[in-house]
Amino acid sequence: MSEWPKIRTVGLSGVLVTFAGAMSEPGNRAALAFRSAVDEQNWPEVTETSTSLVSTFLEVDLASVPLAALTERIENLLEKQDWLAAPLPAGRKLWHVPTLYGTELAPQLEEAAEVAGIDPAAAVQEISTSRVRVLTIGFAPGQPYMGELSETWNIPRQQGLTKSVPPGALVIAIRQLIVFTNAAPTGWRHIGQTAFGTFLPDSDQPFTLSPGDELIFPSVSPAEFERIRSTDTSGLGGASREVLK
Amino acid sequence: MTAHLTIETAGPAMSVQDQGRPGYRAQGLTIGGAADRIALSEGAAILGQLPEYAAIEMAGSGGRFTADRDIRIALTGATMSANIDGEALAWNASHLLRAGAVLTIGGARNGTYGYLHVGGGIDTPPVMRSRASHLAGGIGTLLQTGDVLPIGKDKGRETARTLSSSDRFGGGTVRIVASMQTEDFDPETVARFTRNTFRRDARANRMGVRMDFDGDGFSTAGQLSIVSEVVVPGDIQISGDGAPYVLMYECQTTGGYPRIGSVLPCDLPRIAQAQTGAQIQFEMVDMETAMIAQCRFASELSALGKQVVPLVRDPATMKDLLSFQLVSGAVSAPANPFEQES
Repeated sequence: MSEWPKIRTVGLSGVLVTFAGAMSEPGNRAALAFRSAVDEQNWPEVTETSTSLVSTFLEVDLASVPLAALTERIENLLEKQDWLAAPLPAGRKLWHVPTLYGTELAPQLEEAAEVAGIDPAAAVQEISTSRVRVLTIGFAPGQPYMGELSETWNIPRQQGLTKSVPPGALVIAIRQLIVFTNAAPTGWRHIGQTAFGTFLPDSDQPFTLSPGDELIFPSVSPAEFERIRSTDTSGLGGASREVLK
Repeated sequence: MTAHLTIETAGPAMSVQDQGRPGYRAQGLTIGGAADRIALSEGAAILGQLPEYAAIEMAGSGGRFTADRDIRIALTGATMSANIDGEALAWNASHLLRAGAVLTIGGARNGTYGYLHVGGGIDTPPVMRSRASHLAGGIGTLLQTGDVLPIGKDKGRETARTLSSSDRFGGGTVRIVASMQTEDFDPETVARFTRNTFRRDARANRMGVRMDFDGDGFSTAGQLSIVSEVVVPGDIQISGDGAPYVLMYECQTTGGYPRIGSVLPCDLPRIAQAQTGAQIQFEMVDMETAMIAQCRFASELSALGKQVVPLVRDPATMKDLLSFQLVSGAVSAPANPFEQES
């Protein structure tokens, strides 16, 4: 029997099903597809589900739910298909998010390009045309972890922490991008700035993105970015979206 | 007509809290809510209302409050000095706050988080079905001097009721169970972890509490290559410098630092309420022991209403009650409903 998927308990809070030992494209699709399959089961003891990069979490009150019966249900569901070959979720969207690269608003573009070993113009050219997928939402409300960029961008986190990047900051490390929800410290490098709100608590749709959505971050001029920032009232910072078939 | 509570002077870290906002972990938002859930249930029991009602959480110290109508209040959690127009109030009890009278709540004498409950609950507009401020997540803010909070309709009438509080304010032994990454640590490291005596570090907030200790840090062999996984309140995360952080209700939803174990939900208030420097030990229990403890806790919590008794109102006795409380963190009622295994 393979080591994966692995079923483990998380304190008394629930059960984690992990599909791989490191970030992988099939592992990520498996986690998303398995979460959706669990949701369809409507198991009464499962109060909430979520995914991280390559695993699915089932929140269950293990103080009152017998673990053995639950594990058996999970195993039966796991056997139903090859989750690593599962397709992406339905109803995904493609977002175009206007982004200002570099300048004093995104001061680590040059540094990130240098670590990646290319010149800054080529870096902007590549990143602004790369289509990335939301691998997971986490750490802060609505905050996407997106990937995967080309091997060029397999750059480590910086050694120290940047004290704070603003909301909407586009940061990069380990072939992934993040748009920050709130001002926060980070070890990733701040290469672009957007006015894209990933969490709008007072709106009908507080969370802008879902795992599986795809994004492109086209480059805009400082003047265009300023125009967007001063006129946008939607919280989406000039972003447009289309439904993916 | 709606009653209002005005904050005449706000302490440094007061916020509206309830039992949190479940259901958004997949979108990156943890449950949040009161750091000490027991205190919410105690306040609700004393006022004879639902534990879902929102209250004011006061970290370290309170403030000055007035109401524009006569309202009922209850005070729970970390004991703080309290008076209405200069007349001292018993903690862990309900009182009448007359319109215009000034309620003053001072610094914590034990524990960290005190709670001010009102009859009918704080009735600020819910955001995504909860009134809890989630400061880390960007929902709500700390309360400020001059804030005026609406109060819900109070269906109860009784005041001068009290409840013995569980002693959870001075650190002590906290039970943990193994979690998904416990076996990534070698058994000797886990054993050393549970033998150690930790101290609550000053670095602590509603997201997590750092544990200070002497000697070597705790680490796993594969510490830096662990893939980010789900985080739940109670998780003990070992940070890069080898120090444990107990994660609280406002923690992040995912994290790449390994978790050595997870605090039982019923023991989490003890972490929240421990004061800086208080000694804490972690006792590893098996799943069955943990289940029994947690179930017993849940049933005791739901039966708190039966423990409520009239507050003895003779001033001389009240003084005695107060001093009793300051020493032990419990008033002199018979049984301690949260005492386990004894």
